[in-house]
Amino acid sequence: MFAFIVRRLIATIPVLLFVAVFAFMLLRMTKDDPAAIIAGDNATADQVDAIRAKLGLNEPLWSQFFIWSSRVLVGDFGESFFFKKTVAELILQRVEPTLMLSLCTIILAVLIAVPVGVLAAARQGSWVDRIVMGFSVMGFSVPVFVIGYLLIYVFAIVLGWLPVQGYRRISEGFGDFIIRLILPSITLAVIYIALISRITRASVIETLGEDYIRTARAKGLPARIVLLRHALRNAAVPIITVIGIGIALLIGGVVVTESVYNIPGIGRLTVDAVLARDFPVIQVVILMFSVVYVLVNLVIDLAYSVLDPRIRY
Amino acid sequence: MSLWKRLVGAALVAGAIAMAPPASAQTLRVVMHSDLKILDPIWTTAYIVRNHGYLVWDTLFAMDEKFEVKPQMVDKWDVSADKLTYTFTLRDGLEWHDGTPVTAEDCVASIKRWGAKDSMGQKLMGTTKELKVVDAKTFQLVLKEPYGLVLQSLGKPSSNVPFMMPKRVAETDPNTQIKPTDVIGSGPFIFKADEWKPGEKVVYVKNAKYKPRSEPPSGLAGGKVVKLDRVEWVWIADVQTQVNALISGEIDMIESPGHDLLPILAAEKSINLFNWNPTGNQFTMRFNTLHKPFDNPKIRTAALVALSQEPFLQAVVGDKQWYKVCKAMFICGTPLETTAGMDGVLNGDAAKAQQLLKEAGYDGTPIVLMQSTDLQVLTNLAPVAKVQLEKAGFKVDMQSMDWQTLVARRSKKDPPNAGGWHAFLTSWVAADILNPVMAGFLNASCDKAMFGWPCDEQLEKLRDQFSRESDPVKQKAIAEAVQKRWVEYPTHAHLGQWYQPLARRSNVDGNLVGAVPVFWNVTKK
Repeated sequence: MFAFIVRRLIATIPVLLFVAVFAFMLLRMTKDDPAAIIAGDNATADQVDAIRAKLGLNEPLWSQFFIWSSRVLVGDFGESFFFKKTVAELILQRVEPTLMLSLCTIILAVLIAVPVGVLAAARQGSWVDRIVMGFSVMGFSVPVFVIGYLLIYVFAIVLGWLPVQGYRRISEGFGDFIIRLILPSITLAVIYIALISRITRASVIETLGEDYIRTARAKGLPARIVLLRHALRNAAVPIITVIGIGIALLIGGVVVTESVYNIPGIGRLTVDAVLARDFPVIQVVILMFSVVYVLVNLVIDLAYSVLDPRIRY
Repeated sequence: MSLWKRLVGAALVAGAIAMAPPASAQTLRVVMHSDLKILDPIWTTAYIVRNHGYLVWDTLFAMDEKFEVKPQMVDKWDVSADKLTYTFTLRDGLEWHDGTPVTAEDCVASIKRWGAKDSMGQKLMGTTKELKVVDAKTFQLVLKEPYGLVLQSLGKPSSNVPFMMPKRVAETDPNTQIKPTDVIGSGPFIFKADEWKPGEKVVYVKNAKYKPRSEPPSGLAGGKVVKLDRVEWVWIADVQTQVNALISGEIDMIESPGHDLLPILAAEKSINLFNWNPTGNQFTMRFNTLHKPFDNPKIRTAALVALSQEPFLQAVVGDKQWYKVCKAMFICGTPLETTAGMDGVLNGDAAKAQQLLKEAGYDGTPIVLMQSTDLQVLTNLAPVAKVQLEKAGFKVDMQSMDWQTLVARRSKKDPPNAGGWHAFLTSWVAADILNPVMAGFLNASCDKAMFGWPCDEQLEKLRDQFSRESDPVKQKAIAEAVQKRWVEYPTHAHLGQWYQPLARRSNVDGNLVGAVPVFWNVTKK
């Protein structure tokens, strides 16, 4: 197992190297000019030139890449072109909101989707099953921003129960923190509930047809034990895969929800950096997403062996 | 409503109230037009940084709501008989936020840094022989030749504003941004560097030691009396969320609500709209004079003849309450308002434009017109221009892109078919274009001019004359001459004036009329 983890971690090095070169070259190939953006609308060509020189954008590409990558290797991610802050500082400020939103969303989604999926599988063809599948189709079909605005309208504007927008850090008080995450988490969870419940249902239905389930029933085990201990555990591998991919997608894909609810997370930072052509920030965010994807996949692989003793590395 | 629903609602509201930090009635939470990414108002011309500057730093002179320049940090000033030496004496009691006194040395260093960056500042520095400190509170500006815009330059209301900074900060290279910890001014608010979270919020607190002038506030001039303890610029990127947050009372003010959302806001009893800037903004189409066919001034004049303002204003603003058809280049309602020379242009006269194109020998070269698609206030302008120009016989190749791509591309001098451009549309704040020297698009100094690079000796001569003149009557005559010359040598086309009201909750009051949104005099009950 340890050797497997080490092998997988070593295998991430060429991936990250490729991502670093690709991200760097892609940004430079766009021929965008951060200096013109920084200088502002009323700036003269001389002002733009002076800023370009100051940012080192007049250096040859290979030289820019060499400087950047050698700094990254020693943990120096550079300074944002715009904010007088380091990239590491900016990202650290934004990690908590995205992480907390993702965590709340995935907990909410799993707590609802897995039982609902199991229930739908156990009552296959019944009205419960049809309702779950109907909700699932709706969850896939309605855009996130529509759900977001609807929830805001009902619970924040009409009923006035919850705030419209914003994020408070846990350190500023747990009550204020959690109350601002309720609507965003529900909004974001809808699609994951739809996805996970569907996969859970299909996987459990497949497992319920296995011989060992018939054996379990034949030896007189209660239906609840058969369903939860025998069927669900054996159906867990695809469910865990979907949840894992969901976590990775969540961290990189919460942009719309972060915008609708004004949550200053990594998604918003990425969009702002792309729109402003803040190259140092974009490069590091892309690298960070790659690391997250690689690590989440590693954790999923390790979870397989815990859930299914037949899988060994 | 069921008992269950009531209980859930009550629990959530109670939780929110119990856990929320104590909200002071004197904290104003505002959504500005953009997030504050840069802190140095000399390093960039971005309006959001200028607005930030007015909270933190003070100015020697300032423009009031009648466009008159009034002393601000300056107590008294005089000019020598030969009009070559200006002597300025600072007010008593001026202090930086770190407690040290404001000195003449600080002001001299600040003027030099601003003069190295700003176009009006560069012009002033070009005619300056010497800037010297006389004593702790007095300094002199000695000119090489009489210059009529000394006070207008030092009281320039918009980017780059000559803000006064402590000497050690002002000695920063003008092309290097100052550090967040160096955002130390002598203005009415103090920037909280430790609470600045880019993309989230910016915090300013009242400068209790600030000594306002005794005159009543007017525009950017007069007494800057702060009636709030704290101003928070909260950044909400989504416009619908901005409106929802204002309606629910989570924020107190939106600086620039979109025109399509104004009817929703106007219908809310708890919200009112306030037009703080009665001179507003001006839509503009910029020509690139380097390349065929717009290298020919007659073809640019034909474009002026083909264009008509109202369709542009209708396409973006819609409601007549918030726009004005105005042919005056230096803005309707200002001292230099004039329609001299404008009779034959901006009337949407396609037939006359076709005739002019024929006379000028237009060969059908397509006009590469850049359209910005991500800024709501600009998106609809290019399609209107395309229709009007095509009606007059131009071939138009409209290319869509986001604003930042446009900004990068407009600085390229390459031919339009090799990544360059012929024209694009933008908008100016009126405060930036009040006279021929201020108006950047009138700068016709070839390579040194703004993108578009117009090159015309006559225009430059007139601008120089204007800068030397201090008599308002003669200045107006020169402005008229500039406008007439511009019809023969168009550098851009102005496409109407529009207004951007702010939206505020009904318990907020005291916003001042002027060129820039400011926060002194504002109250929150």
